[in-house]
Amino acid sequence: MPMTETRARAMPQTSSSAPSWSLQESKDTLCLALKGTWDIHTQNGARFPQDGFSSASSTVGKTLIVDTSALQNWDVSLISFLWSVKRAASQVSLPLDEKSLPASAQRLLALLPDKPPEVTPRPQNKERLLSRMGGKCLNSLTEVGTMASLAVDVARGAARAMHGKSAMRLKDLLVDIWNAGPSALLIVSIVNFLVGSILAFVGLIELRKFAAEIYVTNLVGIASAREISAIMTAIIMAGRTGGAYAARISTMLGNEEIDALQVTGIPVSGYILLPSILSLVIMMPLLYLYGTVVSIFGGFVVSMSMMDISPVGYWLATFDGVDLNQFIFGFIKSLFFAAFIALAACRVGLKAGRSAADVGIAATRAVVIGIVGIIALDAVFAIIANAIGI
Amino acid sequence: MSAQETLISVRNLQLSFGPKIIQQEVSFDLKRGSIFAVMGGSGCGKSTLLRSIVGLLRPTAGQIMVGGEDYWAQPDDRRTAINRRYGVLFQGGALWSSMTVGENVALPLEMFTSLTPDEITELVRLKLGLVGMEHAIDLFPYEISGGMCKRAGLARAIALEPDILFFDEPSAGLDPITSARLDDLILSLRDGLGATIVIVSHELPSLLTIADDGIFLDAKTHRPITHGSPRALLDNCTIPEVTAFMHRSATIPSQTEQKAEQHV
Repeated sequence: MPMTETRARAMPQTSSSAPSWSLQESKDTLCLALKGTWDIHTQNGARFPQDGFSSASSTVGKTLIVDTSALQNWDVSLISFLWSVKRAASQVSLPLDEKSLPASAQRLLALLPDKPPEVTPRPQNKERLLSRMGGKCLNSLTEVGTMASLAVDVARGAARAMHGKSAMRLKDLLVDIWNAGPSALLIVSIVNFLVGSILAFVGLIELRKFAAEIYVTNLVGIASAREISAIMTAIIMAGRTGGAYAARISTMLGNEEIDALQVTGIPVSGYILLPSILSLVIMMPLLYLYGTVVSIFGGFVVSMSMMDISPVGYWLATFDGVDLNQFIFGFIKSLFFAAFIALAACRVGLKAGRSAADVGIAATRAVVIGIVGIIALDAVFAIIANAIGI
Repeated sequence: MSAQETLISVRNLQLSFGPKIIQQEVSFDLKRGSIFAVMGGSGCGKSTLLRSIVGLLRPTAGQIMVGGEDYWAQPDDRRTAINRRYGVLFQGGALWSSMTVGENVALPLEMFTSLTPDEITELVRLKLGLVGMEHAIDLFPYEISGGMCKRAGLARAIALEPDILFFDEPSAGLDPITSARLDDLILSLRDGLGATIVIVSHELPSLLTIADDGIFLDAKTHRPITHGSPRALLDNCTIPEVTAFMHRSATIPSQTEQKAEQHV
């Protein structure tokens, strides 16, 4: 049967009619006659029924041929239809004479399997709730252990660095210090200034009711030195530096840079983690001190505009009201916050997958773990401070 | 040392990711001075096998004997010491991105030798010169092309003059000319440095040019299905999966078709 290949893209559409098909039976063949224009936009997904050949008296020893003489333009909808024909024919062991099809349709149809694939079921998690919770708890404990061993590795690396035997390069440490410290000054300034101002503003309004406005210096000073500046600076660093560490390390993982270090025998803890952690541990307490001063300055600016006190008087009242212990307490807290943020971020980065999406997930996770961890650590410090009477 | 000395002996190795077995019953000997090819289609576990040999993935069963020692039974320090004899070229070069090309090659020398900075610089220039990358000594990895990254990665891999060089898909992503040059380079390094080479690849022209021994891994059965040099497998092997691979056939002929062809 001579066939003319007609395709919607190739031929101008002169006249179009609805697509239709019919099955005709003869002694040796079953003939599937196709008519009309097969267009994906108008055809409404015509499919050959799975038991479409059951109406034929017999399919044994017969061949299925396709008559396309009345077929006008066609597109991929015809291939979809022919695929359902191919599968139905395969079910009743009816050979399809693909030569009766247009050449391009033959090639496309040949790519499509005649049997539906055996779909691999996704593994279902059939664990009971209790065992799943147990698994999660064990994982969390393992993670704590891993973090601890990572901390020990880094501490050893730091000890080696003191003897000049570390894999850490001074250049990497200085770059990390620059990124963690001076580069963050602006954002630390803005946030701490605003927080100090807000504290002073709210404090003044409330204290005025009791004619105790002068105590705003204590309020701003103690809150900044003891809690707010340490926490706000740590949160900024968790979002800024922690996220960057996790993203950088997980990208290195994806590029096989970590593998290359391991194979070469260069300790990852000394080479990658140590400069990152050390830089944050060095810079965070300094940023905290800076943040505290800026926060108190924020309170000072608001107080100057809202209460009757001389600038010198304000600062003297602040020095009078804020004990040095408060600064030491905040300083020590910020050291722990820094170590936690950096360790958690590095761990999250090392544990990440190797795709681009995993880098994003690692960065997000590092920030979330960092912030939640800071708040939790602060609660622990509050209990300790209460116990030792600071 | 004899030419047939076995450097690495892999015995009944099994590699898995969780419950999923990637390869099992993998056994072969790596002879000194040979270029050993790990062949097979995509996803059959070639790179996974290489990662296991170089210490990046612990096998779930079997042994990797290196100089009579069971590699994975050794403590970390000993494994690291064994790894000093290895040089690995990863798929993308895996250059450390915060360092220049020259610093990448210099770092292993700084870490594991007592050479002076001047001597290290001289060696770095030599190794980069061997791979034709001396001009890029001060460039960062993001400033050079993929092929150059691989060559620089190769210079880093040979920095400590390893006994065994591992190549993971060295030709992947390279144009045919660059790929052929890399093949020449591998052969020159084998002959010049006396290194033994393990190469993971499915690039037939490369394999046929350089490899003189090998193993063929099958993705379906998760086992090796034959051993031998790629050339011998091309000429003599009748296993359908191997012949389809070697002749770049899109379909794997059935056993009966093979037999019929042989009768003809």
